[in-house]
Amino acid sequence: MTKKHANWSPYDNNGGSCVAIAGADYCVIAADTRMSTGYNILTRDYSKISQLADKAVMASSGFQADVKALQKALSAKHLIYQHQHNKQMSCPAMAQLLSNTLYYKRFFPYYAFNVLGGLDNEGKGCVFTYDAVGSYERVGYSAQGSGSTLIIPFLDNQLKSPSPLLLPAKDAVTPLSETEAIDLVKTVFASATERDIYTGDKVEIVILNASGMRREYMELRKD
Amino acid sequence: MERVADSQRTLYPYVTGTSVVAIKYKDGILMAADMGGSYGSTLRYKSVERIKPIGKHSLLGASGEISDFQEILRYLDELILYDNMWDDGNSLGPKEVHNYLTRVMYNRRNKFNPLWNALVLGGIKNGQKYLGMVNMIGINFEDNHVATGLGNHLTRPILRDEWHENLTFEEGVKLLEKCMRVLLYRDRSAVNKIQISKITDEGATLFPPFSLKTYWEFSSFKNPTAGAEGSW
Repeated sequence: MTKKHANWSPYDNNGGSCVAIAGADYCVIAADTRMSTGYNILTRDYSKISQLADKAVMASSGFQADVKALQKALSAKHLIYQHQHNKQMSCPAMAQLLSNTLYYKRFFPYYAFNVLGGLDNEGKGCVFTYDAVGSYERVGYSAQGSGSTLIIPFLDNQLKSPSPLLLPAKDAVTPLSETEAIDLVKTVFASATERDIYTGDKVEIVILNASGMRREYMELRKD
Repeated sequence: MERVADSQRTLYPYVTGTSVVAIKYKDGILMAADMGGSYGSTLRYKSVERIKPIGKHSLLGASGEISDFQEILRYLDELILYDNMWDDGNSLGPKEVHNYLTRVMYNRRNKFNPLWNALVLGGIKNGQKYLGMVNMIGINFEDNHVATGLGNHLTRPILRDEWHENLTFEEGVKLLEKCMRVLLYRDRSAVNKIQISKITDEGATLFPPFSLKTYWEFSSFKNPTAGAEGSW
């Protein structure tokens, strides 16, 4: 019999939930601030939200080290974009860049589950949702991460977005007002925290609209 | 799957150190670790320094593979030296050193050749306190108090209860001693030879090793099965 010894995996799941909701003239992006490994909480105050451009904000859960590397790669690419084009990248452009960046590592993926929220060129709210290898879709609202299985059906029920099969295509943006959307985000995080052990401590909410960007925090259960 | 004998990578650790515990306090950072170096479950070395000062503003504590830690110290020596050779009066602070370590650890995991450590980096520069952690796969964060390994299970609940921003040096040392005592009782690879070090704006101080007072005379320590019906 060979000796059993410590082994390692290049991946870990650090948990966390991310939500984004697009409205006619705003976008709300939110994520909790807990970082876990297994049954351990590593820290209760880690931001999963990164501002990639003036009008593009990404919330990411999954493996923290990969998420950090992804954020650094994207901001480096955005810096080059600014030097070459003398402007900020649009949210749909950043969405495509994020997809390409994820797919570039298709065979040793970034274990990162992202939602990208922002305002498009018409100032309309937009949300893009991804898997770890870069397939993505523009939607009206989305949730990713450990609490997404609890959050998505609740958002489906509350927001009743038009089917993407409808012709002519209907706008996917939600009919809620900005304050209603923020309240909904607070509700879904309070609810997910009740059942998902990887979600909790605090929720960080970023609101993008015509007048710029604003941040809000709400305390969550700490158990 | 490559054979272990052909491998040039660390597939498992050989000589390891156990937990490191560190906290922010009023004037800087306090860090504690014992001096044991385990070879599997054998206590192989008993005077391993697992906390070292880095540059002018930082302290580095390590658990995990001791040789990998010593390799990391060589990287950092080079980093600090080359930074110093600019002779521009700038110096790397704890934030920069931590970020460097973060990239080294993550880069090595990407090559499937990890440095088998959990590192704690604490420091203070221009009155700005900093305390962070990195592990062998590159997970990293900052907090007011951190602990590696079993310390994360056993001592962080104590720290979450008792830590506050304005701990004096004496209170901080007392809190760390409480944590190290719990580890000594409950972590089988912990030894009763402990080093505490501090870093303030005045620089780093490594205090000489000391032992904790312990009490083993509880009746259920001496006779743990007394009163357990049906046991011999």
